[in-house]
Amino acid sequence: MPKDKSIKSVLIIGSGPIIIGQACEFDYAGSQASRSLREEGIEVTLINSNPATIMTDKVTADHIYLLPLTVQSIEQILNEQKIDCVLPTMGGQTALNLCKEAEEIGLWKKYNVRIIGVDIKAIDTTENRELFRQLMHTLEIPVPQSKTANSFLEGKEFAQEIGFPIVIRPSFTLGGTGGGFVKEKKDLDEALNRGLKASPIHEVLVEKSVWGWKEYELELLRDNVDNIAVICTIENFDPMGIHTGDSITVAPSMTLSDTAFQNMRNLAIRMMRNIGNFAGGCNVQFSMNPETEEIYAIEINPRVSRSSALASKATGYPIAKISAKLAIGYNLSELKNQITKTTSAFFEPSIDYVIVKIPRWNFDKFKGADRTLGLQMKSVGEVMAIGRTFIEALQKACQSLEIGRDGLGADGKQKRKLEEIVEGLENPSWNRLFLIKDALSLGVPINTVHKITKVDLWFLNQIHKLVALEQDLRRYNLNNLPEDLFWELKKHGYSDVQIAYILGNCTEDEVYEKRKVLGITRTYKMVDTCAAEFPSETNYFYSTYESSAL
Amino acid sequence: MKILSKLPALLVLADGTVYKGTAIGKIGTTAGELCFNTGLTGYQEVFTDPSYYKQILISTNVHVGNYGTQNQEVESDGIKIAGLVCKSFSDVFSRHSANLSLQDYFIENNLTGIADIDTRELVRHIRDKGAMNAIISSEILDVAELQKQLSLVPSMEGLELSSQVSTLEAFTRGDENSKYKVALLDFGVKNNISRCLVARDCFVKIFPARTTLKEMLAFKPDGFMLSNGPGDPATMDYAIATVKEILTTEIPVFGICLGHQLLAQACGIHTYKMHCGHRGLNHPILNLATGLSEITSQNHGFSVVANDVINSSLVSITHVNLNDETIEGISVNNKKAFSVQYHPEAFPGPHDSRYLFDDFIAMMRS
Repeated sequence: MPKDKSIKSVLIIGSGPIIIGQACEFDYAGSQASRSLREEGIEVTLINSNPATIMTDKVTADHIYLLPLTVQSIEQILNEQKIDCVLPTMGGQTALNLCKEAEEIGLWKKYNVRIIGVDIKAIDTTENRELFRQLMHTLEIPVPQSKTANSFLEGKEFAQEIGFPIVIRPSFTLGGTGGGFVKEKKDLDEALNRGLKASPIHEVLVEKSVWGWKEYELELLRDNVDNIAVICTIENFDPMGIHTGDSITVAPSMTLSDTAFQNMRNLAIRMMRNIGNFAGGCNVQFSMNPETEEIYAIEINPRVSRSSALASKATGYPIAKISAKLAIGYNLSELKNQITKTTSAFFEPSIDYVIVKIPRWNFDKFKGADRTLGLQMKSVGEVMAIGRTFIEALQKACQSLEIGRDGLGADGKQKRKLEEIVEGLENPSWNRLFLIKDALSLGVPINTVHKITKVDLWFLNQIHKLVALEQDLRRYNLNNLPEDLFWELKKHGYSDVQIAYILGNCTEDEVYEKRKVLGITRTYKMVDTCAAEFPSETNYFYSTYESSAL
Repeated sequence: MKILSKLPALLVLADGTVYKGTAIGKIGTTAGELCFNTGLTGYQEVFTDPSYYKQILISTNVHVGNYGTQNQEVESDGIKIAGLVCKSFSDVFSRHSANLSLQDYFIENNLTGIADIDTRELVRHIRDKGAMNAIISSEILDVAELQKQLSLVPSMEGLELSSQVSTLEAFTRGDENSKYKVALLDFGVKNNISRCLVARDCFVKIFPARTTLKEMLAFKPDGFMLSNGPGDPATMDYAIATVKEILTTEIPVFGICLGHQLLAQACGIHTYKMHCGHRGLNHPILNLATGLSEITSQNHGFSVVANDVINSSLVSITHVNLNDETIEGISVNNKKAFSVQYHPEAFPGPHDSRYLFDDFIAMMRS
């Protein structure tokens, strides 16, 4: 189906203030969508209460309203502008909620405005836990067992029936207040009482916990005729138990077999085709039992999200831009890949590098805040690094955090007290990644670190490679360091400062000069969506170290 | 960890390009046609796919080996690629159901490969210059000697390889009391084709590539499956003749990949060697009958000549590639015979095209 020509004017709802748990990714989505629609000759009106965004720059849209995100504001706009359609999928849950509120009071109907990109049914099913759970049962898609309880006895009975660990989620509380994990039976009574007390209606959801299971996110696109493509698969380095927004994540997935991945892909497609009508970006989260590879659906968001911004940057595929085109009627098969310009937009990007995202926390600004990571997102931003290998990307990400570290360790800031390290592994905070490296450096076995953190053994082995490489280096100084080992270090993402620290008795500048003499310099690779299969036109590159043909 | 004790290896291309890397798998020398696969998952399925026979595979996916190997995810009785070129090779794995590292699996299968190669640069080279032969060695580190050996390796064009990977004896899969009986002509079949048929209530008998129609008819099949496989379809006169005979029986026919090319050849359509082929899990296809699209698993270096198909009165186009508009599927007019260039059985790859097996079943039912 080509573009719907009756659409002349579209209202995009922004995401409002940048708050912890919802960062500036929607600004990126909103401005991309706006440009994408204007490209089609459509008049774009924007509403956002946050003036400090690119989205609200005069060049982004035709009409910009800096108004509170309320139905009153919407009505004001509808009175002043002739709006044909509203696109609520670019401003996170805030925009979806406002769209729904306006629908409930009949605003869209009154002004003859059509909702595009998503329908109310899809918003309802994905937002309401109970509706979602029922739908998953109907579709025979496994979800963690759960039950609502209105009394202590009811909750306790169910908890004992499903076994520990469990999660307690009080109903109608903000940001997960009063909820938490119960790992063992002895902690149940207290947690259950706390949860029931926290809920204004004395109700909790008792859910089977998948703590420690592997966690994956699929970023997909769907069009009006049900063509679906997976744009990016993201694997969480930190297993279930830490909010995705607070997890280190990696793309593409590193430890997932094709069998398990296709299983997830099939489930995601079945979910997308059954939650209601929507055309555009979608995010589906899964957890996987690392032993049995049993997969549970966690949630689905029929809109662009925090991770679709990441997936766009990770693959080069402009999810928000294409989503906007799908919302106005185009099919994926009718659009071109925006990077190659010659191949189809309907494909699944292949990447020949590795992306690592590390969240950035700002606990220092929140004195007294609980710094332990858990079900509630606490990060205020993130860094994303691209490398030719996982370890190179990981080190680059560590170097980019602006927290005074020169990479993943090897910078004189390592912790050496084993108790302190183990404590940090058990109660994860912003520094767990660094502590994992420190633990391995002190000789803590990989399996022990795995038992405590549940981080996949493959990731831990990769970090251990750094430890081994650094140990190997101890016999050298800058003068006798073999050239191929020098290359290895740069390929493993070490900065010159880190190399100077490991070798000792030399400065960063000296390492740099020596490197120049040896010709160990950066090369630049393109982010082209297709692993070099097709020639591409883009100005998106990353730097790395590679040895060319002889 | 012995970073420095990694053994050196060389990769030499037919056009004189030389890469130095590190040895993986068995210490040895291996040659074949260099091709690249862009799939992000499913390396064991790919390595064991007989269609890759005599080919050295470049994995564009950076990390290979991360989840080890196991006994279920194989497409034949062992590794079929001639060699592997990759960036980062993992000899450790974390998957619970895996029982062997990829390194040990390579040793067990006598496979030689090379790692720590700038695969992106290499893929760009192949993309521009086209598919070419190459040699990998971790035992001969003399470029001139390797070039000499490489010059003896025949070109893929004009090579008949199916009879080298086809089964020697016919065998069956599934329950003999199943609803349908399918005669599968094995040109280098992937296991999952039989699995997909068995799952749809078929009893499958897999016949050697050079089996005559008469022998297959003795099995009383309800349908014929023409399998995938390696090599140049234009050289396979024996198979083309068999397919022509099959078409006279009015029994339903389904061809996949090489089987598709053979069905086309049997209808007078020529095939040609592509510049660098399609190999990956992300190729978009448009189904002309439904207008819907599917993401497909692909692995082919030859294709049917589009003009021949367009001008043919015997066949119609059913599927086209959305990237380069090559022909991806045909059906024979007024016959119950159809074929696709891609892999509906996937493994690895998306399951979007499994409906084709249902279509085949429907043909046998009617």
